[in-house]
Amino acid sequence: MLKTNLFHFAILLLIGGLALSFAYTASSDTDADGVTEVVTNGSPPGATEAFDKMMAVLTHKRCVNCHPSGDRPRQGEDSHYHNFGVRRGADNHGLPALQCETCHQQENNNFSGVPGAPEWSLAPLRMQWEGLSRVEIARSILDPAKNNGRSLEETVQHLTEHELVLWAWEPGVDANGTPREKPPVPKDEYIQAVKEWAAAGAPIPEK
Amino acid sequence: MKISFNINGTPQSLEVEGNTPLLWVIRDVLNLKGTKFGCGKAACGACTIHVDGEAVRSCSFAAKFAEGKNITTIEGLSSGDDLHPVQQAWIEEVVPQCGYCQPGFMMATAALLEKVPDPSDKDIDDNIVNICRCATHYRIRKAIHRAAEIQTNNI
Repeated sequence: MLKTNLFHFAILLLIGGLALSFAYTASSDTDADGVTEVVTNGSPPGATEAFDKMMAVLTHKRCVNCHPSGDRPRQGEDSHYHNFGVRRGADNHGLPALQCETCHQQENNNFSGVPGAPEWSLAPLRMQWEGLSRVEIARSILDPAKNNGRSLEETVQHLTEHELVLWAWEPGVDANGTPREKPPVPKDEYIQAVKEWAAAGAPIPEK
Repeated sequence: MKISFNINGTPQSLEVEGNTPLLWVIRDVLNLKGTKFGCGKAACGACTIHVDGEAVRSCSFAAKFAEGKNITTIEGLSSGDDLHPVQQAWIEEVVPQCGYCQPGFMMATAALLEKVPDPSDKDIDDNIVNICRCATHYRIRKAIHRAAEIQTNNI
């Protein structure tokens, strides 16, 4: 009886193991845009949660306001068009006499309520995220044609170390002295999530 | 903290709190009253100056960032007795009404003409977004075109 139970238990373990290995099997697929996308049948343990955390940040207004789909940045908690008719300009730093640096400096200005960080500017148009789904944004992030030719390692470095990206957790106050909303995931958790997602092969879910 | 910069061609070295808006250093410490306080939120443009030739809202520019920079205010726009083309045009077109916001407009315009010597109406509307409560914008636009003409023809 004991031998029979052990045999059944071993069979169950074998089946379970096979099922798990199939569930986490990932295949690489390179599409017409040159994006190497890891398509998962399920995801490696933790990768889905890491992706969710990362995208909760990257789809937040603190990021998307300056990744617009057109020539006009957005601002504020309601992502309205930037005041004063501010435009992208030829180099993503504004117009000749109305540059980002006309008002935005290297750090937040808590007297005026004008936010600031190093390299304050619009993301290039090829990095537009406004209106894209999580999956589309993730594909864009991994696409060398859209991400300034960054490798995955360089992308992780940009997402986790660049001062302008990390400004999202120190967004200062607005013109009324009201603190700006921070992304919904704490900075340390976000950084960890980006690294976990990348370590898992940067899998992008189907939706 | 000690901050050193050139303002209107003159070297200055000052002991100021680094986060003090440069506007107040210019007005209260250096006693250059041409640059005006308007909104204090980098919105109206009355405080516009040049930092290394770029238009900057001085109410939102911490003094510490002026270290090593070349600052120009409305007092330094002319070259000695020779008025800047923007100043000449402003006089010819009798632009100011109350005049309070005009130094900011003139500094923004001078910065524009350095990069866009012959601006279209759209260039002007897109780049010069200062606010005038007297509504002199129509005359300002005419004066900007006239300043471009004076500058181009070296009149």
